[in-house]
Amino acid sequence: MTQTLPYLSETSSQTAGPYVHIGLVPSQAGFDIFANNFTNNLLVPGVAGEVITIEGRIFDGSDTPIRDMLVEIWQANSFGRYNSPEDQHKSLKLEPDFRGWGRTGTDFETGLFTFQTVKPGRVGDQKQAPHVSFWMAARGISMGLATRMYFGDEAAANAADPVLNVIEQAQRRQTLIAERSMRDGKPVYTFNLYLQGPKETVFFDV
Amino acid sequence: MAITEGQLFQRNRSLHPPAHSPAYKTSALRSPQIPLWSLQNTISEISGPTFKPAELGALDHDLYSNYAKSGDPIGERTIVHGHVRDENGRGVANTLVEIWQANAGGRYRHVNDRYMAPIDPNFGGCGRTMTDENGYYFFRTVKPGAYPFRNHINSWRPAHIHFSLFGTSFAQRLITQMYFEGDPLIPMDTIANTIPDKAAIERLVAKLDLNASIPLDSLAYRFDIVLRGRRSTLFENKLQGN
Repeated sequence: MTQTLPYLSETSSQTAGPYVHIGLVPSQAGFDIFANNFTNNLLVPGVAGEVITIEGRIFDGSDTPIRDMLVEIWQANSFGRYNSPEDQHKSLKLEPDFRGWGRTGTDFETGLFTFQTVKPGRVGDQKQAPHVSFWMAARGISMGLATRMYFGDEAAANAADPVLNVIEQAQRRQTLIAERSMRDGKPVYTFNLYLQGPKETVFFDV
Repeated sequence: MAITEGQLFQRNRSLHPPAHSPAYKTSALRSPQIPLWSLQNTISEISGPTFKPAELGALDHDLYSNYAKSGDPIGERTIVHGHVRDENGRGVANTLVEIWQANAGGRYRHVNDRYMAPIDPNFGGCGRTMTDENGYYFFRTVKPGAYPFRNHINSWRPAHIHFSLFGTSFAQRLITQMYFEGDPLIPMDTIANTIPDKAAIERLVAKLDLNASIPLDSLAYRFDIVLRGRRSTLFENKLQGN
């Protein structure tokens, strides 16, 4: 009889269900309960960097936009520093008021999600291209889906990015790259995700 | 000295539902078909957002009171409490815990819920709190009711509370559901049974905790949660990690 290791087992994931908005985006569920809500606007006064909009849709296997999806993003500031005690890269400037995290629900009619934020810098050891982490949950999704968004105007950095380069099929790397355009003089990055089909987005086991 | 940030333990996917669970019909068109790419953790996965208690309101954790308009909500006065730990057994301190649920009749306060059971004018159905310095949390609420959903013709969800947790790393992000001890709907529930491991399902069933109940006031259930563990920061002179 050998000894047993003392580790616990991670609690199992369950779907967020169709009413995820009640808990995490109550305004979208149709009521107002908390004085302070977490939103899709990551901007705070005085934050450095280029102000950008990130928007897109998430398509199911029938090419229908998913209209009840929770979408969260996590990113570094424009200096490449995460606002997290885990990020000890002290040579990169920390902006304590910029959390770097936001959440939203896709629109019940159009399926569109939108975030207002700043373009992140190169993080940590600077080897990775600028990117935003995405995490999504919804009815029919039993465990949150993780992926990353990269920036279409960072071709050289993307070509050298160690995470993109671990993806075997080069054309699949393109599923993680958001195209930049200008709308009313302001930059918009469009990031559409596909859960299935020939354009299936690369999702990560993080 | 070379430092590598402590990476999370590899997730044991056999404890989690597969993306496509055929009995859960909605998952068919919403499940990636290509295997997930394994991503060795970088600072982007190891770091995660932090929240402060001052961001929450005084009643945010008290679903019994936080939407009371003309009186108290209908239902069994219930306390849900527990310990959030990581796989190393360490309490996860100061982490955000968010919950949402149906009212005692099984109806959600949501524009898309059209079940015939009534909305409770005094119950919102959501709350949030932070774990304390040792990883403990508690909420006060009413016990939610069972409700039907359109998976099979006669599919019913057992009473449950949805939980959302962060931990310290974005790769620990978890949404799950808590069930109540003794509910006869659990063994036949399509959603619970997306988990292939029976013991793992049982770990989602909160046990009645009479010792934590308040006499003549509220019953209590205990629901402990485990988030992913991680290696210690790796130093060249301490390669074993932990």
